[in-house]
Amino acid sequence: MSLALAPGRRPGRPRYRLRRAVVETLCLALGFVLVIWSLMPVYNMVLIALSEHGAVFSGDIWPHAPSLESFVVVWTQGFWYLEHFWRQFGNSFFVGLMTMFLTLLIGSLTSFTIGRLRLRHGWLLTNAALLTYVIPASFLAIPFYRIMQGYGLGDNPWSVIAAMVTFATPYAIFIFQQYGKSIPMELDESARIDGASPLQIYVWIYLPLMAPALVAVGTYALLLAWNEYLYQFLLLSSPDVMTVPVALAQFLNSDESPWNYMMATAIVYAVPPIVMYYGFRRYMAAGLTMGGVKG
Amino acid sequence: MSSTAQQALAVSRSFVASRPAHRAWHGGLLGTEFAWAIAFAIPYAAVFCAFVVYPVAYGLWLGSKPALYTELFSDPRFLNAVLNTVLYVGIGVNLKMALAFLLSGFFMRKRWWVKSLLVIYILPWAVPALPAFMSIHWLLNGQWGFLNSALWMLFGIDGPIWLNSHWLGLGANIGSYIWKNMPFWTVIFIAGRMAIPQELYEAADMDGATGLRRFRYVTLPLLAQLYLVSTLLSTIWSLGDFNAVFFVSGGGPAMSTEVLATLGIRYAFTIGDPRLGVACVMCALPLLLPMVVLLMHKLRTQEVQL
Repeated sequence: MSLALAPGRRPGRPRYRLRRAVVETLCLALGFVLVIWSLMPVYNMVLIALSEHGAVFSGDIWPHAPSLESFVVVWTQGFWYLEHFWRQFGNSFFVGLMTMFLTLLIGSLTSFTIGRLRLRHGWLLTNAALLTYVIPASFLAIPFYRIMQGYGLGDNPWSVIAAMVTFATPYAIFIFQQYGKSIPMELDESARIDGASPLQIYVWIYLPLMAPALVAVGTYALLLAWNEYLYQFLLLSSPDVMTVPVALAQFLNSDESPWNYMMATAIVYAVPPIVMYYGFRRYMAAGLTMGGVKG
Repeated sequence: MSSTAQQALAVSRSFVASRPAHRAWHGGLLGTEFAWAIAFAIPYAAVFCAFVVYPVAYGLWLGSKPALYTELFSDPRFLNAVLNTVLYVGIGVNLKMALAFLLSGFFMRKRWWVKSLLVIYILPWAVPALPAFMSIHWLLNGQWGFLNSALWMLFGIDGPIWLNSHWLGLGANIGSYIWKNMPFWTVIFIAGRMAIPQELYEAADMDGATGLRRFRYVTLPLLAQLYLVSTLLSTIWSLGDFNAVFFVSGGGPAMSTEVLATLGIRYAFTIGDPRLGVACVMCALPLLLPMVVLLMHKLRTQEVQL
């Protein structure tokens, strides 16, 4: 493929020109297929959300009479599944922000003590993190649910925060350890000679220098908590405590729900993470190339 | 991954000879510093014990009665779920990884429209799983879903009722899984390809390697480790994938497309038998453990740099 593009290949010759045209056409065709493939479910979401209630079942592939009615309903909480929508939106933010904060705090403290203070047997913590990283979260859901009932945290956002922090911290520790290697140890040593305590080194040297990694991991933790469904569904049940994904899935309890309202809710729920993905793409990619792999 | 720790150990060992005994024990840290180091390690240790060790141990205890497994293996839905899990993970992960690997090569092309295409292409990764899979479920509705409407209007094809058959339902789940996860791995592979020094390709060019040979002798050997580790990790996560199956086919028709993760939750919370649910999920362990061991070995010894 790249042959045709390589420099110094005498592109003037007809054989190469033909070949180049064929390759280019094939690439355009592939690009077209990829656009359809990537956008179809998203387009479908928008299409249903823009339909009037009756028009959902018309089988149109184009919104003939687009209406924003369903978005207005979501905005004004005008349907009984959506009665607490903004409250639930706030709950999702609360869970996300707390997860982010605690993940950053615990992850950075751990990587600091392993990587900078060089705690003996610190590798035990690294292995613990690695082990958590490879446990599929859904496999732990049943015992986790029972244990949270035992801790008295049933129907309490803190149980979800605990679960999310548990699954986000290992990734944080890896990224911080990898990134921390690029910060020279001499900085710590000179601060120590000046009489700084480990806490001071952590606050005044380590954290500021780790800023890019903190942004990458913070975004990751926030999105993990915002997008997660299973744990929130199991652990939260009352309408004013539950988060948006749980409320959204409630529409599926009935066969005759207004699907246009459901899709409008889904879009409102999907907008913040999409904005974050595209806004922080540079950092997210940086996080990935720093050595961790997790979607 | 633990190379910093090993380094630290090596460093502390080299100090052992010349330092007092308590320093050696504390890894070369002074008294107060050692206290700080311990204090900094406590939060994660506490999280790990309370929310990983305890649930795992509790889960193992819940699923420890042999009678549960005889009950499971006499349930045809369970055996079917095992088969589905193997197909879902086997086909889904490998197809996704192979496509992501090939597409990462496509996205390395230096054309303006390829760059803007990448922005659209990563959209499935950015959309939260739940709305995306809900939308795919409605997209595939046999009577008024978008896909069948579009097939009819554009090509005059009468599409099948997708989610009404075991095989099409399973296929829909696998397709949705690939749709959601392929962009992420493509981005990983793009990063891997970008890390390959350009000189290697230039050298290969000098030697007369073209197209396929460049791929075979430069790209492939250099990315093989990354591909292997990514595939292992992705397999492990997809074994526990709940959302795609739960929201696209809903396990239907008649629970024929359930996988172990969704069937376990259904046993525990719909049927109300958490022990059976845990036992069901535990049946994935023989599949999971060898991969975890292999992956941890790879991550520790080879330090895969993405």
